[in-house]
Amino acid sequence: MTRAELGSTRRWVFALLALLTAAVFSFEARAQGDAAAYAKALALFSNDSFNDTDTAISGIAASGHPLAAQIVGALQDGRLLFSAETKKVLIKETSGAIIDAGTGEKLASEPAGLSNVRLNNRLRRSVEAALGTLTLMSPDPVRRLEAANAVFKSRDAAALPAIEQAIQKESDARIKRVFSEARAAIILYGSTAKENEKIEAISIIRDRGDQEARGLLAAMPADQTPGVQRAQAEALKTIDNSLAAWAVAQNFWYGLSLGSVLLLAAIGLAITFGVMGVINMAHGEMVMLGAYTTFVVQEIIRTSAPWLFDYSLAIAIPLAFLVAALVGIAIERGVIRFLYGRPLETLLATWGISLILQQAVRTAFGPTNREVGAPHFMSGATQLAGLTITWNRLWIIVFAILIFGALLAALRYTTLGLQMRAVTQNRRMASAMAINTGRIDALTFALGSGIAGLAGVALSQIDNVSPNLGQGYIIDSFLVVVFGGVGNLWGTLVGALSLGIANKFLEPYAGAVLGKILLLVAVILFIQKRPRGLFALKGRAVEA
Amino acid sequence: MSRQFIRAAAVASIAGLAALPMAGSAVAQDTIKVGILHSLSGTMAISETTLKDTMLFLIDGQNKKGGVLGKKLEAVVVDPASNWPLFAEKARELITKEKVAAVFGCWTSVSRKSVLPVFKELNNILFYPVQYEGEESERNVFYTGAAPNQQAIPAVDYLAKEEKVQRWVLAGTDYVYPRTTNKILEAYLKSKGVKPEDIMINYTPFGHSDWQTIVADIKKFGTAGKKTAVVSTINGDANVPFYKELGNQGISAKDIPVVAFSVGEEELAGIDTKPLLGHLAAWNYFQSIKNPQNDEFIKKWKDFTKNPKRVTNDPMEAHVIGFAMWVKAVEKAKTTDPDKVIDALPGIEAPNLTGGISKMLPNHHITKPVFIGEIKADGQFDVVWKTDGLVPGDAWSKELDGSKDLIGDWVDKKCGNWNTKTNKCGS
Repeated sequence: MTRAELGSTRRWVFALLALLTAAVFSFEARAQGDAAAYAKALALFSNDSFNDTDTAISGIAASGHPLAAQIVGALQDGRLLFSAETKKVLIKETSGAIIDAGTGEKLASEPAGLSNVRLNNRLRRSVEAALGTLTLMSPDPVRRLEAANAVFKSRDAAALPAIEQAIQKESDARIKRVFSEARAAIILYGSTAKENEKIEAISIIRDRGDQEARGLLAAMPADQTPGVQRAQAEALKTIDNSLAAWAVAQNFWYGLSLGSVLLLAAIGLAITFGVMGVINMAHGEMVMLGAYTTFVVQEIIRTSAPWLFDYSLAIAIPLAFLVAALVGIAIERGVIRFLYGRPLETLLATWGISLILQQAVRTAFGPTNREVGAPHFMSGATQLAGLTITWNRLWIIVFAILIFGALLAALRYTTLGLQMRAVTQNRRMASAMAINTGRIDALTFALGSGIAGLAGVALSQIDNVSPNLGQGYIIDSFLVVVFGGVGNLWGTLVGALSLGIANKFLEPYAGAVLGKILLLVAVILFIQKRPRGLFALKGRAVEA
Repeated sequence: MSRQFIRAAAVASIAGLAALPMAGSAVAQDTIKVGILHSLSGTMAISETTLKDTMLFLIDGQNKKGGVLGKKLEAVVVDPASNWPLFAEKARELITKEKVAAVFGCWTSVSRKSVLPVFKELNNILFYPVQYEGEESERNVFYTGAAPNQQAIPAVDYLAKEEKVQRWVLAGTDYVYPRTTNKILEAYLKSKGVKPEDIMINYTPFGHSDWQTIVADIKKFGTAGKKTAVVSTINGDANVPFYKELGNQGISAKDIPVVAFSVGEEELAGIDTKPLLGHLAAWNYFQSIKNPQNDEFIKKWKDFTKNPKRVTNDPMEAHVIGFAMWVKAVEKAKTTDPDKVIDALPGIEAPNLTGGISKMLPNHHITKPVFIGEIKADGQFDVVWKTDGLVPGDAWSKELDGSKDLIGDWVDKKCGNWNTKTNKCGS
């Protein structure tokens, strides 16, 4: 059984159980009169009006009809259909079978002229709230947690008895806590609860302490007793204080993340510019080529081997390195080697190459953005106490550190690395020691370009994959290398991280535009003071 | 042979190559030339290339119907390469060298402002198909995209009414269109009783890609206990990382909806739309609108481009309307002479692709319906709201102090900024 099938079976089993629980409820609490209300609510779906659909949802949810959970679930997934002609409402099951929502009978075939019951955001909220109330008793803990969160958001007073019952039965401590938070939310927004109950509810919400809790407390109805108001103000203050503290940590994290992106973009340049002294304006295009390689890899995987999708980036990494490195060799052998020692010509030539590469990619892939998907493990975020950590950023930081480490090791411990350092320190002496300096130049340039290609794989996850991708990073990359100190990898690391963090601490106060300008001015002033950057190379290499 | 000579020869031969297509076009004397001024390279190529294709498609269609005034139309395509001064140069080339009858082109406001003096000086016609910030009405320009009152204001009304939004984030890219639109929106919201502390305005540079802080700020702004929404005038490429970050930080449209004025079908083609479900866009056209004209247009467009996945979008529809209006005006004036066509254009009606009839107004803007669409999982929009009829475009915003008394009227007053208080042309 494939995963998709497993999921659909599980959902199906769940639907059945939900249906049973709903059925039990309906027999306990309600009489036959509800059948008419159910039919009336159901008919509203076929009007194709958002207001009527909203009334229908609450009607269905309150009816306690055995099909209620299924209908609302189908509505959420866009599987609730209606016929404008016959005014019939039908449920399309995930298996494709069609059920008449009025009678519960299975239809032999799908009638013609059906349309989906449409939703907008307001209705999606209603659906979520209704489904929350209907699925509080679900056997699936994930669904229970979702239901509890939905009730927390909707704070629908009608859900109070159900949630109190659910709290009694819940064994999972985490879900139980969300249940009691949801109950507290209902109490705070209701008008019936006593003062001490409300104060207790406020303390439960305060302990939750996140932004949603703050929003909930801030929006409480105004007509509260002085005691409750005092408790509310104090709770808000507590939450604000802890959120402010976390905001600093969060800024630091954002800075780290921006720093890692800068590091990725700049580290290849640290080799070509920093070590070889070539002003390579086409560096950004190497990044872009890496991103497009990722796109091509994903495209092939999508059409021929979809099950490999989660590994697509792992496959793209070596390929992106190769592609960018080969293009790098071609540029070095074809153009740059004739221009060593003439920085202005190099700058112009590589700038021209960057335009050629951009237009070539635009012609080959079209001017529009290409979609590079995120593998499963790189989407979404996790909550670490008060910090929101998005997975893609976390992986990019890890990736940047790995590349940095690998590059450092390659320069330190491999023969190629030794020869590279020899050539940069004293070209003629190296040549005299039988090192083929031309070959080393080409390989060094290929290494720098290849690493830019690797950066492209990472950047495809957070930025547009378009022909202009590289342009956005070229200035920042030079900034990092110059700031960190030309020819020093550690300088690049420190430079990237400090610029990233400084940027993120400036941004909340100065705004993104001014923040960037301030940073540029700061770097210019710094370079005035220390023209060789943070970590200046000393010794003979400086004169070379 | 000296080196200089070789170089000169090379330059001459390249110039010769470039001149070839012009020589070819000079042979066919009996055509009417139409200029297409859209960037095919550089940053704006992402949006403008499609419009170039649209114009070729429309001209091809008109020629199949027998052309205009018994003559075939001939498209003259130039590439201003997303370079604003080059726009002016290319416009001059189109008008003086190619002698085009009208030009369809530009996307960004700065490119329009750059070609404006050229069109005035050489007295030609520009059809401008993109939604823009308004505050302009020129004799030589016809604005077929939306003015702020045809896009931004109805979108805000929708959010306030349907989503009960009380707190507003106005987020935009830092240039003239977002800044003016946000100024208009801010004035409008304040006039509706929104308090200044409930409005957050944020600008980002072009191509901004690190949205972590701003998305976190928006999230924080949304915790004041009032329903919050984002009105986005973020331009072009910066949208993709913005929406990605929203999705990753778990902000769904149910909590904080984003209504965008620059995100259409074309832009969504490059994003995984699942996390965007329910976010909104306000336009005068959506590909998903069902009616016979639109179905036929989409089918023909896909056939013309030989690409069954090719999408249609709002600025394309603006060119469709503008081109149809120009053809009608030329036929009415019985000449392509710009002066006569400019006078013939106001009052001309042409069907739009959403079932209505758009009309060219004396202020050189057109009437358009306004739609609010929610993003669906397939990258298309589901229309959740539309205006009752067609909304006439205001050249000058009624919300801003500096422009509320101004109107554009090229029929009676022959003036783009007529002050209705002082009854004088020019503020």
